[in-house]
Amino acid sequence: MSYSMHLLVCGGTGCQASESAKLLENLREQIKANGMEDQVQALVTGCFGFCEKGPIVKVYPDNVFYVQVTPEDAKEIVEEHVVKGRRVERLLYEEPTLEVKLAEHKQMPFYKKQYRIALRNCGFIDPENIEEYIASDGYMALGKVLTEMKPMDVVNEMKKSGLRGRGGGGFPTGMKWEFATKYDSDVKYIVCNADEGDPGAFMDRSILEGDPHSVLEAMAIAGYAIGANHGFIYIRAEYPLAIARLKIAMDQAMEYGLLGENILGTGFGFTIELKYGAGAFVCGEETALIHSIEGERGEPTTKPPFPAESGIWGKPTVVNNVETLANIPIIITKGADWFSSIGSEKSKGTKVFALAGKINNVGLVEVPMGTTLREIIFEIGGGIKNGKKFKAVQTGGPSGGCITEENLDIPIDYESLTAIGSMMGSGGMIVLDEDDCMVNIAKFYLEFTVEESCGKCTPCRIGNKRLHEILTKITEGKGTPEDLVNLNELGKIIKDTSLCGLGQTAPNPVLSTLKYFRDEYEAHVNEGKCIAGVCQAMLQYTILEEKCIGCTACAKVCPVNCIAGEPKGVHVIDQSRCIKCGACYDRCKFDAIIKK
Amino acid sequence: MSKIKSLDELKKIRESAEKSFNLRATSEDDDRVVLRVGMATCGIASGARETMNTLINELSKENITNVSVTQTGCMGYCEEEPIVEVIFPDKPSVVYAHVDEARAKEIVQKHLKEGILLENAIMNKSFDRVKE
Ligand SMILES: Cc1cc2nc3c(=O)[nH]c(=O)nc-3n(C[C@H](O)[C@H](O)[C@H](O)COP(=O)(O)O)c2cc1C
Ligand code: SF4
Ligand code: SF4
Ligand code: SF4
Repeated sequence: MSYSMHLLVCGGTGCQASESAKLLENLREQIKANGMEDQVQALVTGCFGFCEKGPIVKVYPDNVFYVQVTPEDAKEIVEEHVVKGRRVERLLYEEPTLEVKLAEHKQMPFYKKQYRIALRNCGFIDPENIEEYIASDGYMALGKVLTEMKPMDVVNEMKKSGLRGRGGGGFPTGMKWEFATKYDSDVKYIVCNADEGDPGAFMDRSILEGDPHSVLEAMAIAGYAIGANHGFIYIRAEYPLAIARLKIAMDQAMEYGLLGENILGTGFGFTIELKYGAGAFVCGEETALIHSIEGERGEPTTKPPFPAESGIWGKPTVVNNVETLANIPIIITKGADWFSSIGSEKSKGTKVFALAGKINNVGLVEVPMGTTLREIIFEIGGGIKNGKKFKAVQTGGPSGGCITEENLDIPIDYESLTAIGSMMGSGGMIVLDEDDCMVNIAKFYLEFTVEESCGKCTPCRIGNKRLHEILTKITEGKGTPEDLVNLNELGKIIKDTSLCGLGQTAPNPVLSTLKYFRDEYEAHVNEGKCIAGVCQAMLQYTILEEKCIGCTACAKVCPVNCIAGEPKGVHVIDQSRCIKCGACYDRCKFDAIIKK
Repeated sequence: MSKIKSLDELKKIRESAEKSFNLRATSEDDDRVVLRVGMATCGIASGARETMNTLINELSKENITNVSVTQTGCMGYCEEEPIVEVIFPDKPSVVYAHVDEARAKEIVQKHLKEGILLENAIMNKSFDRVKE
């Protein structure tokens, strides 16, 4: 059966929430109603990354890209586009800055600067059909490795490619594999880390949902390279769609003989098992993860010994992140030289970022290492929402830091981000604007790490709690200049003395905001002022004499009756009784009440 | 599905799966050739769908992979339907009229494979000229 037209519907978690499953069903119904089921195929695919405008439908071979498609639009798409060949103009993407409708995704600024390697198959193939993966060269890398390369050749190819871990640390993948080859053992393990605990990140989920076979294939390749025949995928139970797609992919791979015993008749065997995590952030740390797989408590232990020497049940174990793995098959098929030609000097290839916060194009973007933050935020991301002013971008999630305007033009890679007090982390990127209070942001991240600390070591368990208390005190308007000194000192001690990466990085959001936004901290503690107008306790609502027309609306909504004034006369707020609920501010139609 | 026993067998599966998949891969290619078939009511009535299927089958028979066959709305010359426009990158497009199955095969064999235009079937070489 050969179809003359394909309709690809995004089936990622985000788009499924906006009814993409129903949309697919309606498309299929309409195709049938028009008697074209032999010619037109509608299928599900992985995340296109342009989540801001999802659900997305892509039409091949016309290469037309429809955005924000609802189930009700199916009829028009089929009757107009599929049957009559006329594009549905109203569903095309309108570029806000150009005010033109763009039909092809390649014309969109969102995609222009992107280079999709790890996400190469997301939005391109049906993740539930192994033959689509095979058609796009899937399992060819495994075939090549098993028939043409010795295990050490594979390790060397990885070393040459310059691929580094995408899970946060940036450790060279080839070197990690090489360590694992040095330890003799009849049993070794490969672990795929799909815990993805950073609250802002969803690239690993999207890869597993959109291209699960690439991860399975990479694990088998890693197994061959270090001499392991068994692998685990440690995935959080809150990812039901990713789990479902992985299970389908694993079953199909077993059925086709691409996992299991004697793969492709080469004698090499590899099996994979799923393990579910309960969603604790610390379980993403590799030693905690290993203990969790062993059935122990998910608490970190000191390194060395590194997992490559002594991991699961004391056996040599390689832990790699999902995105790291997704890069591997294509490095093997296209070669290490191709891969190392992309990116910056010390960081090769691309990185996927999850763009979120006060930005126009929320979504997943993949760019070569060495791209600047300005390009990501203002070109791909379409700039700040509602024309507000950019304040900072937080990278690296709860372990990272804030980056300000002055550093936006630095080409980003592992080293440069660390040098400016942040880090790559897993690739979460939250954009903040003038309305965000940096003290409050730091407090938000600390809240997360305090909650997620496993409690095993004192600096992290107690120290971070103290940091959080000081920040709370400052946001409540009770801070003193001494508190700023303490934050800095305590933060550094926690970094130096915590047992695992969680504690070692938890003070980063505090230290970096303290460094780059000291004026905001000082305004809080010295003047009792929150410049961004976020910290409730420091706000003051006042009525502007010249603007108030005396309509009495504010006085009527004030829950504590602290606004006085005659009808048609200027109103006044009694500050000593005001509880800062903001009701009057929302009610005044004449912009006479200000919040400062 | 029985297990794949060798790399050659895997390659064979890739080849057969690739056929339908090429539709997508080719569309993303900047150098692709596009064949546009007029597929409005008039076109369909005069057999445009059969023309399109013939083009697709002929291309796949000849293993030509850098060509996308797409459809378009009414081109405005209803009495000339079925109409097929051949668009090579960076070249003016060529429009053929009355493309039945035989002519569709000829387009693939002559124009696409050998680069020879079917002079007697060309409606016009550019849209502007016909309007005069
Ligand atoms: C607190 C903490 C949480 C982590 N969470 C994750 C995670 O969710 N996913 C991940 O791949 N790595 C996570 N890591 C990093 C892992 O310990 C490990 O370095 C990584 O999985 C190795 O794979 P890579 O070399 O491919 O990046 C975390 C580390 C720490 C300290
Ligand atoms: S640093 Fe925190 S999370 Fe890590 S072991 Fe210590 S208490 Fe547990
Ligand atoms: S609602 Fe506004 S205009 Fe009306 S009395 Fe209050 S402050 Fe004045
Ligand atoms: S903020 Fe609330 S309590 Fe204060 S004056 Fe306005 S309505 Fe009254």
